Amino acid sequence: MSQADLVVRSAALADNPQASVDLFVAKGRVLALVPTGSRPLPESAKSVDASGLLLLPGLTDVHVHLREPGQEWKETIATGLAAAAKGGFVNVMCMANTDPVNDQASITETMLDKAARSHPKGPRLFPVGALTVGLEGKTLAPMEELKAAGCKAFSNDGRPVADTELFRRALEYASDLGIPVIDHCEDPHLAPASGINEGVVSARLGLRGHPCAGEAIQVARDCLLAEYLGVPIHLAHISSKMSVDVIRQAKAKGAPVTAETCPHYLILTDEACETYDTNAKVNPPLRTREDQRALLAALEDGTIDALATDHAPHAAHEKETPFDEAPNGISGLETALSVTWGLVARGELSAKALVSAWCVRPAEIFALPLNRFQEGDPADFILFDPAARWTVTAQSLVSKGKNTPLLGRELTGLVKSVYVAGKNTLLTRESS
Amino acid sequence: MTWPHKDLLDVSQLSRADAVEILRAAKSFQEINSRPVKKVPILKGKSVILFFAEPSTRTKTSFDVAGKRLSADTFSLQKSGSSLVKGESLKDTVLTLQAMKPDAIVMRHNMSGAAQFIAERLECAVINAGDGWHAHPTQALLDAFTLTERWGDVQGKTVLILGDIAHSRVARSNVRLLTLLGAKVRLCAPKTLLPYAVSNWNVPVFSDLDEAVRGVDAIMCLRLQLERQQAGLLPDVREYSRRFCMTIPRLSKAAKHAVVLHPGPINRGWEIASDLADAHESLILDQVASGVDVRMALLHLYLTRKERKE
Ligand SMILES: [Zn+2]
Repeated sequence: MSQADLVVRSAALADNPQASVDLFVAKGRVLALVPTGSRPLPESAKSVDASGLLLLPGLTDVHVHLREPGQEWKETIATGLAAAAKGGFVNVMCMANTDPVNDQASITETMLDKAARSHPKGPRLFPVGALTVGLEGKTLAPMEELKAAGCKAFSNDGRPVADTELFRRALEYASDLGIPVIDHCEDPHLAPASGINEGVVSARLGLRGHPCAGEAIQVARDCLLAEYLGVPIHLAHISSKMSVDVIRQAKAKGAPVTAETCPHYLILTDEACETYDTNAKVNPPLRTREDQRALLAALEDGTIDALATDHAPHAAHEKETPFDEAPNGISGLETALSVTWGLVARGELSAKALVSAWCVRPAEIFALPLNRFQEGDPADFILFDPAARWTVTAQSLVSKGKNTPLLGRELTGLVKSVYVAGKNTLLTRESS
Repeated sequence: MTWPHKDLLDVSQLSRADAVEILRAAKSFQEINSRPVKKVPILKGKSVILFFAEPSTRTKTSFDVAGKRLSADTFSLQKSGSSLVKGESLKDTVLTLQAMKPDAIVMRHNMSGAAQFIAERLECAVINAGDGWHAHPTQALLDAFTLTERWGDVQGKTVLILGDIAHSRVARSNVRLLTLLGAKVRLCAPKTLLPYAVSNWNVPVFSDLDEAVRGVDAIMCLRLQLERQQAGLLPDVREYSRRFCMTIPRLSKAAKHAVVLHPGPINRGWEIASDLADAHESLILDQVASGVDVRMALLHLYLTRKERKE
């Protein structure tokens, strides 16, 4: 057995805060996780005192938009990964709706190259390839080529495939390659991407709303296809109770579906749009209290497998328009863990469900590096101060996207350090 | 009375006392409009920009006439002649206008919330002359003024709003204002032209016009837009008018002396029968006259707000 080169002492586990543990790391891998003091510290090892901090496996975000290539004024791979690190993420999957679209190996390779140069120590970038050429929903993308270049999933996110026949063939083709398909569920005929839920608030504001049925109908289509073909589908950013009910039924029948939701659906409702706040304009839209409760219950019982940010940065001037004109999206990487930890602190979500949804399930679904604190696992972990308070301001965010409805809000819980393969990648924060 | 509001974005900003004050002021301006020389100097030296990013003849003319009768200088800007069509953002357009130091901007825009958007960014008064499907406060006020003129008071009266409620800023503002003033409001429309969450508006909703019209004191018809049929919300205009066109025989089921309103421009035979539009029960032209009275009152209140404070 190799000698530990790093020891994190006296940390508490997120889902068992009473127990104090020491984590031994060697050559970027976990050696052991033991009760504090039960194993002597090797002299050569670097030692980190983590008392008062929580130890979690690194987070995986399977749904971010990094805007590069093509819209670098919104975000770049470098700024996006810096934001990811600040949020506690060790693995990041970026969507294909860049310009040009990530539908050929050269684009994937460029993305990976940019990531390796700006963030050699991580977080790791895993591009999502386009499901159809140009995301146009007409021709299958060259999926084998994209897989070979490093894509870990395929998706038409941003422009969901309307043609069910083509979508079925795309699922079959991707499953041959053993790569999961992620679907953004939106019936193209029922649900204009208006960025606000169809309901009381949209009726009052005089805005065209997006019905939750427009999501659920497509969720039902996907669940039936997954069951019929026996092929996995991952459902992106689920926002409504109606969709949750459909997924729960499908899973009970054994359909190979998995699903994610986002932090903003758990803490905000369509009332955030009340003042025409374009920072609260997101697709799918913020829904109601009832949807929120259903999503929390689904996270708790595993109907919803994972959390993802759907990080969608936009420049300030793009959001500073009337509601209908503003682009959809919330910048979410840096607030994600604080927001969801707040749910744990308030007893609305268990720490176990949080760790499963941020760290374990997303890595499992997409076969990404996963740390379960077993010997040999990648030493991907974070130290999180559950008591630290911070206020979300444009200056506090390193992402170029300052577009979040949480601006001005005080959050509790702060990521202190992020280790990817045993190396601390978060050296920018002064307080650490 | 010092006027507490910088902007008029919707009637929901107004208290009942505010609304009553506006109607009272409109009454005093009505007198000016019946003089041989219809001009008073009370807004001399003030400038009002009429910024209509969506075409509208009657509302714009009404504001223009109202401003000129108070001796304000009015300047018109239409979308077709503005840099908005050259891709300039709304923010930059209105900041440019503000730099010219107007005392008020009257804005019509096709997007809901546009008036609030500019009001948050400008120091001058912003009067919403209609934004998207959201609000049309000056129309609601002139409708209330027209009815008050006829009845003395709208308190306790029943008003039916008929037609395309979902896409109507006129309906939204009228539901709020008439309710605020103590009237009972009911709605009638096919479900495709109602907002999904209309049950939360706490007003009775009918799909049968003959039933809806029973006993009401006024029927406010809304304009039907052909796009609604193209968007698949209606079978065709003929079927729509069979079900929802307000006619003289239908009016006989309403209360005695019931009246009919329409914000215009009307589609004769679609939402209102031609003979009813011209009948003495029709207040359509009274609404146009009231529009000038009410807008004079509003310009006066909003443009002399600061002077009054001192
Ligand atoms: Zn999406």
